[in-house]
Amino acid sequence: MSNAPSDLAARATPEPVARRIRGLSDRAIAWIFVGPTILILLAVNIFPLIWTIRLSFTNFRVNRPNAEVEWVGLKNYSRVLNDPDIWMSMQATAHFLIWTIVLQVLIGFSLAYLINKKFKGNDMWTTIIVLPMMLSPAVVGNFWTFLYQPQIGLFNYVVGFLIGADPSSFSMIGDVNLAPWSIVIVDTWMWTPFVMLICLAGLRSIPDSIYEAAECDRASKWRQFWTITIPMALPFLMLAVLFRGIENFKMFDLVVQLTGGGPGSITELTSINLKREAFEKWRTGYASAYAVILFVTVFGLASIYVKALNKVKDR
Amino acid sequence: MSFSVTEPSQRQKWIAGILVIGYALITIMPLLWIIATGFKSPSDAIAYPPKVVFEPTLEGYVNLFTTRTRVTEEAFAALPPPATWYEEIVRDSGVVIAGPSRYGERFLNSVIIGFGSTFLCIVLGTAAAYAFSRFKVPLKDDLLFFILSTRMMPPIAVAIPIFLMFRQLGLNDTHAGMILLYTAVNLSLSVWLLKGFIDEIPIEYEEAALIDGYTRFQAFYKVVLPQAATGIASTAIFCLIFAWNEYAFAVLLTSGTAQTAPPFIPTIIGVGGQDWPAVAAGASIFLLPVMIFTILLRKHLLRGITFGAVRK
Repeated sequence: MSNAPSDLAARATPEPVARRIRGLSDRAIAWIFVGPTILILLAVNIFPLIWTIRLSFTNFRVNRPNAEVEWVGLKNYSRVLNDPDIWMSMQATAHFLIWTIVLQVLIGFSLAYLINKKFKGNDMWTTIIVLPMMLSPAVVGNFWTFLYQPQIGLFNYVVGFLIGADPSSFSMIGDVNLAPWSIVIVDTWMWTPFVMLICLAGLRSIPDSIYEAAECDRASKWRQFWTITIPMALPFLMLAVLFRGIENFKMFDLVVQLTGGGPGSITELTSINLKREAFEKWRTGYASAYAVILFVTVFGLASIYVKALNKVKDR
Repeated sequence: MSFSVTEPSQRQKWIAGILVIGYALITIMPLLWIIATGFKSPSDAIAYPPKVVFEPTLEGYVNLFTTRTRVTEEAFAALPPPATWYEEIVRDSGVVIAGPSRYGERFLNSVIIGFGSTFLCIVLGTAAAYAFSRFKVPLKDDLLFFILSTRMMPPIAVAIPIFLMFRQLGLNDTHAGMILLYTAVNLSLSVWLLKGFIDEIPIEYEEAALIDGYTRFQAFYKVVLPQAATGIASTAIFCLIFAWNEYAFAVLLTSGTAQTAPPFIPTIIGVGGQDWPAVAAGASIFLLPVMIFTILLRKHLLRGITFGAVRK
């Protein structure tokens, strides 16, 4: 994500010509062009964020607008951090994150590796594989509840057929042990293509000459894979993990429609839990503190990760 | 073709092809199942074992677009014969059409909000991207990172104040409010992607135009815009797809007037639970444009989904 070309471009503009423009200077034009975007982002992103932080120190409730709003200091924060339900959600989220990332990286990288073998028609099959991730997660999640129905659902029928079990003997979204896996499966189905595409870009960025040199040195294929392919594709893989990590940390739509957090609260990820606190229990101040904690967590983890990513890139 | 050590052998290509095609077939199954279910009758949809061969019917689609009601036997018998083919389908199952359903409205909302926000995103995004690409904007790197970081926020984290703010401004559950919101959500994508596309246009074109006596604005819309047209088009489609698929804000901030299709489709209920053929019909109609766009976008896909951070 470098801006070097544009800086060069800006410098390359001949100053006298730029100054000759009737009326407006380049600087004024720049502000006219950038201004509206910055204003909208400030109004619809930053202002609400600051408002959330402010609310997190109060006991405000949206459904009781006339009640007196008190400043409660850090009480909301300590209550959030001591709430066992929230720790359960964090655990559910961690489980979901780890498994989706592991599966998506493994399958996505394998697929990219295979597609890179340039077999006939790979372009068409790649497009088919990519389709699910472009679809609406809520709509897709809802339809998967149908595929997961015991007996009538296609998923149960096919899996039952393959492992020789009775399709009505298990319920992916009704069973406490299976429900977390039901969301892992759908998320992997939807988002493996994303990891695959990035890995493919990574593999294609490795120049052939490196392999040719390794071949001259009589390095085995296996050795070439571990000393050339993996290290050269690693920055791309890490980028894929970053994007998937951020997206899945705030995962909401797919899971709401698929399991709704149930059975019980076994698949209640933090976003779903937060929505419940904010828009069902209407504990606005408390939910705001929760939101701030989540936001700080994502930002913190993401920035640490980006540092590591940059180190790998510069190597 | 000359011999190359990096060219996979014929056998490797075969194995790779078979594995990838196998995965692709598994992937496409649920989608094909959605489309097929849309053409099933309710009893075929929930048959055991699942029916692969079935008699296609448009009942799901008719149910999707209408509300139906049961009338007494005498009233039913006294009705004039069905005037339209869809009335006939409904009569076959012993009910009559009471009126249109809200799906049409919701779909139209998706179209209005999707295209409205995409238009704004492109106008604002192109201008900002051009400035970031060509001018010395103060704090450029910080501003660009700030624009990107707005995307990291979980929607629910800012939903409460946006809800309060919109209520104050009278924007709750309005098209204008949702267009503004989706514009803000997608601006980061739009600016980052378009900056990448504009960076690739040689600056010499503009210099030539400026020397010929064009103003900056003229150079911008007579030289840069036509050159960036493909990039603008694919950015627009990505903004549209993201707005089209958005669910969290839609479900939290709209309840009626401006509700889009994603929160609506899962609420289609028939007799005793979800009316799966109707849900599938609604989903098919809703997913189809995105599937078509995806096929058209193949080339720019990677750039679009990663904000241009990775180029193919």
